Amino acid sequence: MLELRDLTVRYGAITALHGVSLRVAAGSIVTLIGGNGAGKTTTLRTVSGMVKPASGQVLFEGEEIGGIPTHRLVARGLAHCPEGRMVFANLTVRENLQMGAYLQRDKGVIRREEEYVFALFPRLKEREAQPAGTLSGGEQQMLAIGRALMSQPRFLLLDEPSLGIAPLLVKLIFEKIVELNRQRNLTILLVEQNANLALEVSNHGYVLETGRIQLSGEAAGLRADPRVRDAYLGG
Amino acid sequence: MLPRSQIWLLAVLGAAAVMSAVSGRLNPYWLDVAMGVGINIILAVSLNLINGFTGQFSLGHAGFMAVGAYTSAMVTTVLGSRLGLSPVLLRWGLFPVSLVAGGLLAGLAGLAVGAPSLRLKGDYLAIVTLGFGEIIKVILQNLNAVGGARGLSGIPSYTNLFWTFTVAAVTVYVVWGLLNSTYGRGFLAVADDEVAAEAMGLNTTRYKINAFVVGSFFAGAAGGLYAHLKGYISPTGFDFNKSIEIVVMVILGGMGRHLGVIVAAILLTVVQEPLRKLGDWRMILYALLLIGLMLTRPQGLFVWPLKRRNA
Ligand SMILES: Nc1ncnc2c1ncn2[C@@H]1O[C@H](COP(=O)(O)OP(=O)(O)OP(=O)(O)O)[C@@H](O)[C@H]1O
Ligand SMILES: [Mg+2]
Repeated sequence: MLELRDLTVRYGAITALHGVSLRVAAGSIVTLIGGNGAGKTTTLRTVSGMVKPASGQVLFEGEEIGGIPTHRLVARGLAHCPEGRMVFANLTVRENLQMGAYLQRDKGVIRREEEYVFALFPRLKEREAQPAGTLSGGEQQMLAIGRALMSQPRFLLLDEPSLGIAPLLVKLIFEKIVELNRQRNLTILLVEQNANLALEVSNHGYVLETGRIQLSGEAAGLRADPRVRDAYLGG
Repeated sequence: MLPRSQIWLLAVLGAAAVMSAVSGRLNPYWLDVAMGVGINIILAVSLNLINGFTGQFSLGHAGFMAVGAYTSAMVTTVLGSRLGLSPVLLRWGLFPVSLVAGGLLAGLAGLAVGAPSLRLKGDYLAIVTLGFGEIIKVILQNLNAVGGARGLSGIPSYTNLFWTFTVAAVTVYVVWGLLNSTYGRGFLAVADDEVAAEAMGLNTTRYKINAFVVGSFFAGAAGGLYAHLKGYISPTGFDFNKSIEIVVMVILGGMGRHLGVIVAAILLTVVQEPLRKLGDWRMILYALLLIGLMLTRPQGLFVWPLKRRNA
């Protein structure tokens, strides 16, 4: 569904990605792990059109999308849930969700999607009229994911959903990620520091370090790999 | 049943019409202050759309006001004398047309400045808009057709309570309506988080340009009212100090608040009156006020937690 070919991305003089290639098959969950500053966020931002690649290709469903602005890609079924729970702090929970369905004109569809998100995360329903800035970190993450779902994506880019969230909530969020993948046939490219949990729910994994793919393979295989265990799974 | 906002709009228009009809009996000094209040409300509310709600920082609002003031004044003085209209038609027909013309040209200027520069963020945008304001001033100073540095005088005094508060009410109505529509929530989203807004499929650049153009339009209309209130305009009347004055109103009222900014515009206009004697020293007082405010109430004077949008 998504393929990156030899992707190089620069921020001014800094080269963040040096020829990254990876594939995400339709219907799968693929995890990208790597240390701080490895280029994980940059990879996702390039896919969703927020950063233009210096060279290489981004193929989405077989078509080159490198350099197409984000707001066009959303219409094509690609959603990006950015790092750091960027909810609209001054809008209510419900308004945040409605912003997620920004390109959707059909009110009926919006309501249906809202119901779906509220069923997925009942906590959001209880807080629907509350400004999003007053939600807890975990709730904001739920909202950020729910908001990304509102555009009815077929492909979801998820950047560190477990960042700074209590373990119990992390578990819940990962359960929902799997549920979305199974029930809605949503293809997911996941970026995580919590490598163990992420690989557990994934089909495939890539290890990115200083802008280069160092390792890749079946998720189960990576979890067993001593190099991955030492570096990312706490031995 | 009309929506509440429309009832409000009609109520203000009605009140303005009544007040205007009896204005002959009002103290002319306070009448003047009242119209100044109205004009500043327009300026502050329209800048609030740009600086407060969309999270940009424009320092060139007076420049757009100047474009509107000169355009509108040229329409009434040049066209007015050639068309041979009756005084009633001039005041009630040509004048509003001149205000719209001033607004349109200012909006166009907003587009010309905004389209290339709104990709810039924060400080950079502030510098570009500041430069724009100065450029407008210099152009006007060297344009003999509009009086150059001497300014333009003999502008008929068509501005009255009715027109001032009609435009003010329309400004508030449009900005309020814009922000409370589904489309308009996008402005708030852009201010809250541009990256996330972009990720939702919003064309954030288009939003910023729209806010800029609409804000500039009303600044232009305010300029037209100002020109026909004072009867005389000069390039230096629309300098950086004037832009700062409007910025102070927005910050004092609380960036991105509806009511707070209106209250601040009223307060600052009225307070200025006794300070007039101070002349340019007034600006120092403004600066001190701003510093004091930033230290004690950075969120604005009339802001209470968590009531943001409707407060
Ligand atoms: N806007 C930017 N301008 C300049 N350099 C940037 C920018 N964004 C990222 N970088 C640099 O690119 C490199 C990769 O950053 P990126 O955010 O992709 O890392 P990451 O793998 O997501 O890290 P983390 O796990 O900390 O989120 C880093 O060296 C970073 O400093
Ligand atoms: Mg990151």
